[in-house]
Amino acid sequence: MLRKEVCEKIVQIKNADGLHMRPAMQFVDVANKFGCDITVSNGQNIVDGKSIMQMSMLAASYGTKLQIKAEGLDAEKAIDALRELVEKKHFGEPEPGDKKVKD
Amino acid sequence: MEIKKGIAVSPGISIVKSLIIDSEDYRIPRRKITPSQRLTEIQRVRNAFRDAIGELTQLEAKQNEAERSRIKDIFAVHLRFLHDRSLRKRITDLIQSELVTAEYAVSTVLREIAAHFSGVKDPYISERAADIYDMERRLLRQLLGRRREEVEHLSQEVAIIARELSPTQTAGFNKKFVKGLATDAGGRTSHTAIVARSLGIPAVVALEDLTEIVTGGDTVIIDGNRGIVIVNPDDETVRQYEDYSQEFGKLSHKLDAIREKPAVTRDGTKISVLGNIEFPDEAEQVLQKGGEGIGLYRTEFLYLNRPTEPTEQQHYEAYAETVRVFKHRPVVIRTVDLGADKYTQSKRSAPEPNPFLGLRSIRFCLQNLMMFRTQLRAILRASLLGQVKVMFPLITNLQEMMQAKMILRDVMEDLDEESIPYNKNVEIGIMIETPSAALTASTLARDADFFSIGTNDLIQYTLAVDRGNELVSTLYSAADPAVLRLIRTVVQDAHKAQIDVAICGEVASEPDYVMLLLGMGIRTISITPPMIPEIKQIIRSVRIEDCNNVARKILSMNSERQISSYLRNAARKILPEAF
Repeated sequence: MLRKEVCEKIVQIKNADGLHMRPAMQFVDVANKFGCDITVSNGQNIVDGKSIMQMSMLAASYGTKLQIKAEGLDAEKAIDALRELVEKKHFGEPEPGDKKVKD
Repeated sequence: MEIKKGIAVSPGISIVKSLIIDSEDYRIPRRKITPSQRLTEIQRVRNAFRDAIGELTQLEAKQNEAERSRIKDIFAVHLRFLHDRSLRKRITDLIQSELVTAEYAVSTVLREIAAHFSGVKDPYISERAADIYDMERRLLRQLLGRRREEVEHLSQEVAIIARELSPTQTAGFNKKFVKGLATDAGGRTSHTAIVARSLGIPAVVALEDLTEIVTGGDTVIIDGNRGIVIVNPDDETVRQYEDYSQEFGKLSHKLDAIREKPAVTRDGTKISVLGNIEFPDEAEQVLQKGGEGIGLYRTEFLYLNRPTEPTEQQHYEAYAETVRVFKHRPVVIRTVDLGADKYTQSKRSAPEPNPFLGLRSIRFCLQNLMMFRTQLRAILRASLLGQVKVMFPLITNLQEMMQAKMILRDVMEDLDEESIPYNKNVEIGIMIETPSAALTASTLARDADFFSIGTNDLIQYTLAVDRGNELVSTLYSAADPAVLRLIRTVVQDAHKAQIDVAICGEVASEPDYVMLLLGMGIRTISITPPMIPEIKQIIRSVRIEDCNNVARKILSMNSERQISSYLRNAARKILPEAF
């Protein structure tokens, strides 16, 4: 029998524009690399972290705290990868106060 | 059973199953399916997603990596949505639980998501609603595109129901099986009207919300004579309509027999019966119905059917097509009557507060000289091909008429200089459709070659009634003594000046009014082509002497009600079989 791993972590959105379409896409792309189930909660709604529709509809803006929960064999790795994307790389986008990259 | 009233734009009756064509530009109405159709509709959703993904993947691949990374990102996001199982599940769940069509489910779910984004305060996120709408349209195009193919490969007779039909939609119709058209939108000049008339099938437009009432496969009766559509008629109604349809067929067959016979009264007075047309393709119908020419060729269609102003050559070709059909019989081309219509008003920076008293018709032309001159040049060039006459609409005073004539002469001089031939003696007439023109007809007659009384506008302006406004539309009547006195004045003044006077308003095609008009001295009428045989039949059944008596009697009456009931009785007495 497979041993079920459960892992939870709270991350904070650090890029200025929040979790709009492109960051949501990056998030689900990372999430989909893992076999574990991933859910994300903003305190009100719990959504599937692998669905771009559900993730983008969270509409998490700058500063929002999200609770990521992973269940499955590679849960820990998944959580680490997602945290790195959100908090370290902040989706490759500027933080508030950074020089705004012109569209 | 539900009865909807619209505008009849092509005559005939058909009783057939309906086929609905939705359009991605408009909200798709909720339409029910049966439980057994669920799997088919769900499969249609899957196919639409699959094909939309295929389309997007190709588009994405075409984008240049370096400079277009933003666009590539957008496509990438859309692709993630289309691959998102939870999105597809939401759509198929809706089909399962609510028993609705694939189109409705796709449209509803995506619009819900878009509405969710629009509601987010963060503008950067809320703007993403546009992406969702884009995906909705892409999926609907897949779904509706295949519906269109179904229309091309019909195997049974149908009536097409749509919000509005575009040329692309009608181009693919299998004409053998399309037996009627009905649309929510549209008017007499809409594309639907043109197509229906050219196919000779009944059509009704301006039915407002018909597409929301009809479900594909419902039986509908399209009554293109009375402008009615009946959805899911009961057996009794179907029987009535079958009888009516047969009667109509028999009557038109019987009337066709008098096509070759002249419109002469029993005591030998010759009346000219001409046709009113909007499109070149109607000219043939006038001939078929026994019309002797065109008494009113409306030219607005040239402007309404294309995105840009028509060129001189486009004008010329439309006129030449019609004139060639009639060879040496008269074709009266009315210069463009734009201004109070939706098309012109929507192009203005601010709509006029009162367009019917505003810059319309000849006034509009006199302020848009380039456009006016283009049309006049084309009419003059076409004048060589047959007996073309020019007619200016909505003249309200002498000065306007002189100005319009001066511009025409100016255009003639240009043509002379360029050695372009035209008929130098082309007749120039005016429409009498305002009270001011009617009251000064004796003056206007000195400089006009003919008059044509446009009763529709004359009644509206004389009685100050908008016939489209149901609160006052009962006041709109050609039998009003004020209107009849104006008509009499115009006819008398025309006779004194020895110029022709015709009637081209709707009143001329009403059987009740034939005797009165002849009795008032009218000898030329121009009417909608389908009515030609019936009116001719009436003319052939009356004597001018009786008509004169009717007119004398009527002109001494003071109330509209008295007049219209007298007209009805007089007509029935003389011609019981026509009513």
